[in-house]
Amino acid sequence: MASTLRSSRLLLQKVGLLSSTTKPLSTKRGAGEPLGKVAKEVAEDVTKQLKNRFAKKAYFPYPGDPKLFVVAQHNVHTGAASHSPVQIAEPVSHPEGRNKVTLVPGDGVGPEIMLSVRDVFSAAGVPVDFEEVFISEVQPAQSVSVDTVVDSFKRNGVGLKGIITTPSSFKGGVLQTLNMKIRRELDLFANVVWIQSLPGFHARHNNLDFVIIREQTEGEYSALEHESVTGVIECLKIVTRANSMRIAKFAFDYAMRHDRKKVTAVHKANIMKLGDGLFLQCCEEVSKMFPDIQYESMIIDNCCMQLVSNPHQFDVMVMPNLYGNIIDNLAAGLVGGAGVVPGESYSQDVAIFEQGARHSFAEAVGKNIANPTATLLSACNMLKHIHLEFHSMLIWDAVHRVIKAGKVRTKDMGGHDTTSDFTHAVINNLKH
Amino acid sequence: MAARAIRTAFSQINSVPKSHGQGVLPFLQERFLESQSCPSNTRQYSSAPAVFKTPFMPKGSASIQKVTMIPGDGIGPEISQAVKDIFEAAGAPIIWEDVDVTPIKGPDGNFHLPQAIFDSMAETKMGLKGPLATPIGKGHKSLNLALRKAFSLYANVRPCKSIEGYKTPYDEVDLVTIRENTEGEYSGIEHTIVDGVVQSIKLITETASRRVAEYAFKFARDNNRSTVTAVHKANIMRMSDGLFLKCCREVASKNKDIKFTEHYLDTVCLNMVQDPTQFDVLVMPNLYGDILSDLCAGLIGGLGVTPSGNIGEDGAIFESVHGTAPDIAGQDKANPTALLLSAVMMLRHMQLGEYGDRIEKAALDTIREGEVLTGDLGGEATCSAFTKEICRRIQS
Repeated sequence: MASTLRSSRLLLQKVGLLSSTTKPLSTKRGAGEPLGKVAKEVAEDVTKQLKNRFAKKAYFPYPGDPKLFVVAQHNVHTGAASHSPVQIAEPVSHPEGRNKVTLVPGDGVGPEIMLSVRDVFSAAGVPVDFEEVFISEVQPAQSVSVDTVVDSFKRNGVGLKGIITTPSSFKGGVLQTLNMKIRRELDLFANVVWIQSLPGFHARHNNLDFVIIREQTEGEYSALEHESVTGVIECLKIVTRANSMRIAKFAFDYAMRHDRKKVTAVHKANIMKLGDGLFLQCCEEVSKMFPDIQYESMIIDNCCMQLVSNPHQFDVMVMPNLYGNIIDNLAAGLVGGAGVVPGESYSQDVAIFEQGARHSFAEAVGKNIANPTATLLSACNMLKHIHLEFHSMLIWDAVHRVIKAGKVRTKDMGGHDTTSDFTHAVINNLKH
Repeated sequence: MAARAIRTAFSQINSVPKSHGQGVLPFLQERFLESQSCPSNTRQYSSAPAVFKTPFMPKGSASIQKVTMIPGDGIGPEISQAVKDIFEAAGAPIIWEDVDVTPIKGPDGNFHLPQAIFDSMAETKMGLKGPLATPIGKGHKSLNLALRKAFSLYANVRPCKSIEGYKTPYDEVDLVTIRENTEGEYSGIEHTIVDGVVQSIKLITETASRRVAEYAFKFARDNNRSTVTAVHKANIMRMSDGLFLKCCREVASKNKDIKFTEHYLDTVCLNMVQDPTQFDVLVMPNLYGDILSDLCAGLIGGLGVTPSGNIGEDGAIFESVHGTAPDIAGQDKANPTALLLSAVMMLRHMQLGEYGDRIEKAALDTIREGEVLTGDLGGEATCSAFTKEICRRIQS
């Protein structure tokens, strides 16, 4: 469905009937037909509809730039799609009320970037209210309790989150970090990072498109450590069948739903024969339930080597916690760094959107140089998640247009512009 | 167990009169033994424990030194022959002692490394190893692991330097990864607590962490490198990686001439693929080292061109880390670069750097010119032609 939408949109852009920001169109035409023919037909369709609308003196918000939507009408009550296209001038699902979303600004440049998100949201007229809660491990005085944050996430079901820094010095006490606590309380078991090259921004590898799915409740992040004798520390890594099955199922479901062909399980079962062995075994079991999806496994060190030498071979990757942390960052580096890759975490009933590579970029605080792209794109994903597709697309498109034009770029992308310059550029590119 | 094996090996050596040495190249052997009998070079193996405490570093001397060669399986024999030929052409003062390490079944029914490797290593303290295939099936431990244990090879050193003429998306990579090799995630302690719940124990000790940190700083100084970076994940594993980090910090405070930085593993991965030139010497625990060293090898073109060395308390073994490539074994198609560069590392470790430099230059020139290359480097030449070309360059 998504690919049809995209292709028809591109098609209309090609024949000059649509500006690239317009909301995606869905048509009944399949992909098999010759491009020219389809294009011509669509063009005719659109012209006809335009004429109709003018005949009916239908309202256009901007006479010079009529916005046109051809949408397969969907009956919300029966779920059945009627196939007669209707025309509308505003989003089909015009939101009745406003949506409440939890916002955790996070440490480092988080607050600055969230400001940029807020600016873009208000400029785009996004019907979202933020419920802001500040939690931090490095600034405990201003921080609310974990319970408050967890409650807020649970109540709203959706959240936008900055990065919470964990201090690297440990002076005894609780081993669990704040991130671990939140993840454990909410049971955010799956982290999804979709690695996509940004058109117009040349990194060392281009045209990348793969998805990293990471188990994020157990493994090395169990916070079970003890000093058996002085100078000897044991750190436990826990792998359970239940969680491994759950993440494997999630990965294959994801692959199914997003038309992906292959799932790669990443592990180190040659060394950790029981622990990673169990994970691998679970992935194999689940793969048998999905005969349409190709399954393969790869050892983590080889996987890293393949990622830097031939990253195009990957499609969907599924892995335990620590390897996920490594691969997320490595892959983010391939397409432009921590500032451009969005990510999302899911539990049974909460979805939290954050950066794909979690770095708070504390050295840039107050310098106005951080790149808000990753968080803006996460925010787009969030809007999509709460069915505000129009606004999601609007912002997504504006961000991509700014990057593609290449005139306004923050430092990490090789430019000299500030965070606010970038934000303004995005706002100026919002095509209402 | 391994320590006991070595001790037995040493006592045997001591009991055998030295002139009964295995006679490869009798003339050189004699000269070698002469040099051994000089008081400055004599080692009293019976009072061994004191000798073992410090990492072994041979004194710089032009005398001929003996090196244990483990040719390995698959393409191993071809590439080790290539290395021998090139060393001969360069006139390096090395004599080789070939040892086979195929495991033999002991009286207890388990497979062990043959005694010959212990005997040879006890004498030479220096080994060069081709790729080894671990027999599949129960009862066989990985041979690499066995060697690592037997000679307490605690640090794995892998220099990664871009090779001119072998194009990858990354140029000007020049860094060294030093990996703790004895503990961490590879301790092999795992149990199923209840059905479906497994715990794997990662073991970090102060001794091992400090030892590898000290080696990292020593390596940096010996090789004129300016920075040592500790790679860790102490934000998650606060005690274990915290201990590793603490040891690195302590050692750093004693080595003020070398700059010390510390980074999270994920940050290093992120920065590594964006700009690998910012790193110099990296020191880290076992698993991270495994991952990062392969990642860095990927940056410069894979394991076929990456040398590696294992530094231990009872000697050092340099090796190529690629596989045995059974599909091209015996066909004269293999690429000896990784083993050759490992041998160069070995020469430098033995303070024979001038020979190492000559050999390395010849090998890298050959690859840069691109006229005689093996298949994996994008050429059509055979292994022996590639070797001959390197020899020609050394001698011209």
